[in-house]
Amino acid sequence: MNREDFPMLYKDIIYFDNGATTFKPKCVVDKIVDYYTNYTANAHRGDYKTSLKVDMEYEDARNIVQEFINAKSREEIIFNSGATQGLNMITNGFFANLLEAGDEVLITKAEHASNVLPWFHLAKTKGINVNYIPLDDNYYVTLENVKRSITPTTRVISLAQVTNVIGDLRPIKEICEFAHQNGIFVVVDAAQSAPHMKIDVQDLDCDFLVFSGHKMLGPTGIGVLYGKKELLENMIPTEFGGGMNESFDNVNEVYLKKLPTRLEAGTPNIAGAIGLGEAIKYINSIGINKIQEHEKELRRYLINKLSKIKHIDIINYESDTGIVSFNVEDIFAQDVAVYLDKYNICLRAGSHCAKNLKEETGVKNTCRISLYLYNTKDEIDKLVELLSDKDRIMKEMI
Amino acid sequence: MDQELKREIIMENYLHPFNKETPSDKEKYDYVNSNNESCIDNLDIYMLVEDNIIKDIKFNGEACAISTSTTSIMIKLFLNKTVKEAYEILTNYENMINEQPYNEEILGEALAYDEIYKQENRKHCALLPWNGIKELLQKYI
Repeated sequence: MNREDFPMLYKDIIYFDNGATTFKPKCVVDKIVDYYTNYTANAHRGDYKTSLKVDMEYEDARNIVQEFINAKSREEIIFNSGATQGLNMITNGFFANLLEAGDEVLITKAEHASNVLPWFHLAKTKGINVNYIPLDDNYYVTLENVKRSITPTTRVISLAQVTNVIGDLRPIKEICEFAHQNGIFVVVDAAQSAPHMKIDVQDLDCDFLVFSGHKMLGPTGIGVLYGKKELLENMIPTEFGGGMNESFDNVNEVYLKKLPTRLEAGTPNIAGAIGLGEAIKYINSIGINKIQEHEKELRRYLINKLSKIKHIDIINYESDTGIVSFNVEDIFAQDVAVYLDKYNICLRAGSHCAKNLKEETGVKNTCRISLYLYNTKDEIDKLVELLSDKDRIMKEMI
Repeated sequence: MDQELKREIIMENYLHPFNKETPSDKEKYDYVNSNNESCIDNLDIYMLVEDNIIKDIKFNGEACAISTSTTSIMIKLFLNKTVKEAYEILTNYENMINEQPYNEEILGEALAYDEIYKQENRKHCALLPWNGIKELLQKYI
């Protein structure tokens, strides 16, 4: 749908790597160019008209994000560089000060590196324990497994809402309810969910949630950290500097600004934030539920066709989003990707930054298709045709 | 070398790679892991040098058709050569991949990759094991 809005699609290209990043609609590109050509100034100055315009646009973007995820207040929306930075702010700025040696954090083997390595760092520096909630036969997280996994020392459960290799949707609301009854915090990595489904942080009742702009039609280098206000108030900035302080005289007399600016040191990514705001407006104009339905329909179509090819091994028959991971029998995933690239089809081969998942699936590397609103059944037909002849792949991959 | 022959050489070495096994007495070998930052190839390479002669090279791991096949060919070219001779082959191979002048007389089956530069994303694969073995050879030079 809406293919005419995406300049990248004017080229002869089939793009199935939306889990990595997405194409940008022209309105987002125009919005960024508008800032750089018509009203460039820094934010939070306000002494002249152009700067006031910047403030208005930048803070309006925050309002758009707030509404998009239904946060209670705009102070709960912190702009940063992306989900990775968000998770590092949460671990280093909040939990590093709260957790003690022996406290347990639960993740899963399907998490992206960004939701693993920051916790490993705390394990190394603070002596916390990182343990894993087991996945079921479809690599899903069930509430039952969460219940079975917690111990008296569990303090945090940190999960992707949707994983980037399997594409399964975790029961975050139910997990939050159970976790909070047991005094456990819940951190949600929404990098793969925010672009594809309605998120309501008040309904989920999660404590923190992060996502990236570029995976949802926005620019690179911009992302969002959501946190409940009372928790963000206790977050120690991981970065200090301009824009986030009220005044300072000496070491003992430093006065910081209120939320959200306190957690946005330095000149923010103004163009990025404004561009993200425009991307969300664009998504809203189509309707995120409609986008999700489109992806599900495409996935059913793709799975139906792929499952009829006997040399294709599908890793995730079940999934709640537009992610399909597969391998071609006897052919290294990267060779499949290079073969398809010869036909201008872009997909990802690898472990997709979820390097622990191989222990669950028994498969180290896969090809991954991740769909989005602008993908079509015609594109899938072309892909399936190219994958249906194994001899052709072997012949043309080198 | 015609295209069909190049293809045959690459596929033969990919499907039946030479010495693709971990040595049972690997503690006697020099070892390097060669992986590619931008892709998923990951190779362990073991080299045994005695009296400056390359007595054995073995490898293991997961890699694409190009990386696997070029490792196999490299090993065959290097066996029983002196370190200096191997280094000479390596330098010429690198030149070939990077479109610099090279001596094709000494590259044998490795000439199958003489046009790999046309696929920018495959150049890394074609150089992967050679970059690893270079580190090992430099210890003896």
